[in-house]
Amino acid sequence: MAQFSQLKSSIRESFRMAIESIRQNKLRSLLTLLGISIGVFSVIGVMTAIRTLESSVTSQLDILGTNTFTINKSPAIQVHGPGGNKKIRKRKNITYAHYEEMKRRATLPLRVSVFDETGERNIRYKDKTLKKSAQIFGSDEWALRSLNTYLADGRNFTTDDIRYARNVTILGPDIVDILFPFEDPIGKSVKIKGIDYTVIGVTERKGQAFGQSQDYFLSIPISLYVQRFKSKWTSLGITFEAQSTEMYDKTMDEAIGLMRLVRKVPVGEENDFEVISNEELLNTFAGFTGGIKLFAGSVSVIALLVAGIGIMNIMLVSVTERIKEIGIRKAIGATKRDILSQFLMEAIFLSQFGGVVGVILGVAGGNLVAVLLKVPAVIPMDWAFYGMAVCSFIGIGFGIYPAYRAANLDPIESLRFE
Amino acid sequence: MPDLISLDKIKRHYDVGGEIVRALDGVDLTIKQNEYISIMGPSGSGKSTLMNMIGCLDSPSEGIYEFEGELVHEMDDNQLASIRNRKIGFVFQTFNLLPKATALRNVEVPLIYANMSRRDRIQKAEKALIAVGLKERMHHKPNELSGGQRQRVAIARALVNDPSIILADEPTGNLDSKSGVEIMKILDTLHDSGNTIILVTHEEYIANHADRSIHLFDGKIKEDRKTNKVKSVDQ
Repeated sequence: MAQFSQLKSSIRESFRMAIESIRQNKLRSLLTLLGISIGVFSVIGVMTAIRTLESSVTSQLDILGTNTFTINKSPAIQVHGPGGNKKIRKRKNITYAHYEEMKRRATLPLRVSVFDETGERNIRYKDKTLKKSAQIFGSDEWALRSLNTYLADGRNFTTDDIRYARNVTILGPDIVDILFPFEDPIGKSVKIKGIDYTVIGVTERKGQAFGQSQDYFLSIPISLYVQRFKSKWTSLGITFEAQSTEMYDKTMDEAIGLMRLVRKVPVGEENDFEVISNEELLNTFAGFTGGIKLFAGSVSVIALLVAGIGIMNIMLVSVTERIKEIGIRKAIGATKRDILSQFLMEAIFLSQFGGVVGVILGVAGGNLVAVLLKVPAVIPMDWAFYGMAVCSFIGIGFGIYPAYRAANLDPIESLRFE
Repeated sequence: MPDLISLDKIKRHYDVGGEIVRALDGVDLTIKQNEYISIMGPSGSGKSTLMNMIGCLDSPSEGIYEFEGELVHEMDDNQLASIRNRKIGFVFQTFNLLPKATALRNVEVPLIYANMSRRDRIQKAEKALIAVGLKERMHHKPNELSGGQRQRVAIARALVNDPSIILADEPTGNLDSKSGVEIMKILDTLHDSGNTIILVTHEEYIANHADRSIHLFDGKIKEDRKTNKVKSVDQ
């Protein structure tokens, strides 16, 4: 017990001495600190940024919902292999007829839904027009589900709206702000490319994601959409929802089989379409962030190594500069261990303090990315912890040799040193 | 009175580029409690080596060194550090204070290595500084003090652990004569109050403050005699 309290007080004294000597060499300590800080900053900054991206992407992916997958002509994230892109471009588009046939023949899914989007500027109500091109969504009676939103006012599309391609539209709140600043839009008539559409509903406001408004759109029945907005590039996305998680794989197998049948893919050839699931999107994204993490990780390791060498260098200089002091301390009773712990503590303190500064800057910098992308901020506690652990390791690892040199100086020689 | 220090055939040889330098070549010396001794001799005579030896900074190549019954020549580095800390107070010609620490902090350092609590340390350090007349200068750094004041801080530091012996190596060497007189007066007072003091000097008039004078020559004791002691006079 007495020994423990002695140890505690000797650590406290080493710590006090370390702070004293750091205060006495402010510039030098600051520069050393900076090395560590930058190293830690780069790790924490990148990790915070990736964490924010991840959380925002995950929340975006919820749009697809659980137990759903989508069949598209092209993959969600294109990977340009040799000739890969060309192969995808040469595929047949997915048409409304494909969708109708899928919907008719599929037996397992809870729902089969279709969706596409394009841009259009020529939209007006009386004398009010849009200055910026708005998103036009072609959707079916599952429009709100596809958009991952709710109605604020009015009603959704009915199956009849879709079947008979009625001239109706659901507006995003940003469109309402511009075209109907002082009016109730429901029942009014909006002109899109010169043709009248009756406003039947308005969605709730969702705000921005990645710096873009999610509320600047008009949704119209997909049947109408393919008549009015189809181009030679238009290829629809068909979304399937399984009845349950257990049925998910079967539902997907059926959808793939039917799709091959409908598109007349010969036996033995690969699919001329992509099946995109939540899981797959997450995996693709994880592969992408994993690459960044690995890169940032290795850069940071190098940065921290350089910082560690910096600490070692500074500590060696510090030992040389303070040979006389070490001699005095030894003459008045400092043991090797006293000197060792004094210098080691100084190195650890420098690296720890640098680490704290780096973590703070890194979290701030990473969250700045979050603010810029308009996504919620995060604090990667685990990485902050690793950062600090690595700093202690650096402090001890690179501080031990200079401290050892200091501890083993000869007291008589050191006292004589000028 | 028991022997405080006993040196028996102490030798200290250095190997300097293949040539053996006999800095101490068989020194026998006993020092009793409350003695006031001066060590004199020309440069190269082994004064500093003997001083380092007595101060437990150095270990003998041969011979037996007993300090209050402890065998110093058998001690390892840590034991030597401990005996320096507990039993020896150094006063150097160049003061050897920590330049960036206050007077109080300088005096406190030996107590840190003695693992004393902070409160006790400060109390003892303050007491020692008051004893050498530096009550008003405790929170000054060495470069804010005069030479005489710095040496008094050094004396306070030497005293603060209640050592068995005070080793003063040319304590007045870097001081003007007036400060030198003051420092010698403090040392005399310390002797009068029961301390054992060893002075290393080459000045006869400084050596005469001691009761006993030892002359070294070529690493051997050439002369060991009583002095015509002078008491420092009040000015």
